[in-house]
Amino acid sequence: MSNEELDKEMKELLKQAIAPAQDSELRRDLWPQMLRKLADQPSPVNTVPWFDWVLASLAGAAVLFFPGIIPALFYHL
Amino acid sequence: MKLLERFATGDLEAFEALFRQHQKEVYAWIVRIVRDTGIAEDLTVETFWRIHKHRSQFRPDGNFLAWARRIGTNAALDHLRHARPESELPDNLPCASTGDPALGSERRRQIKEAFHQLPAKYRLVATLALIEEEPYANIAQAVGISESLVKVRLFRAVRMLRKKLNSLRPEVTTK
Repeated sequence: MSNEELDKEMKELLKQAIAPAQDSELRRDLWPQMLRKLADQPSPVNTVPWFDWVLASLAGAAVLFFPGIIPALFYHL
Repeated sequence: MKLLERFATGDLEAFEALFRQHQKEVYAWIVRIVRDTGIAEDLTVETFWRIHKHRSQFRPDGNFLAWARRIGTNAALDHLRHARPESELPDNLPCASTGDPALGSERRRQIKEAFHQLPAKYRLVATLALIEEEPYANIAQAVGISESLVKVRLFRAVRMLRKKLNSLRPEVTTK
């Protein structure tokens, strides 16, 4: 038996062993649950990624300890 | 201002309208992946929470349902990756009633077991393509990969499954 035939056979076996989801209809409104989650874990309005803070800290430290780089910084901005 | 624009600016009423409009579709998609109604409900809420969290990244001229489905797929995939093995194989997992009667219950159990041992990303694609018979294009869009990659994952999933089953009962599918 070729590999393709074996693959086809495997697909058929899988279909026979596991049926498609028969009950995929939502039976209740999930909005109250959604409101609870929003209240428990409010999503921040403007999240600044942590690596942006790291970059800003590094830039700040560099300016503080090496003020000579300020012109170069302005040049690149 | 249109509903999607209002949503993107953080209007809760617009978000509620979108939630009520699309919760059924998102749930129906997720339950076909995780195959557990309770988990699918939780993941639907998780999906919309992620949507709300990342609302500023949504383009109001884009397709909200496609975006929601993609986020839902990622949430379901996270669940498949982190679910404990014993909870991945529910006892009430349906069996096809129209299947070959010669395929015994022991063989079905072996197939299910082998299937649930597949890596999550392969199981996701195999579930949608082989069991739910979803078109490749829909799967590709929801997973965020190309149709070719869907086919590759499916091919690998079937090969892995065959290998696992061969190791369990070599006389059935050996060459």
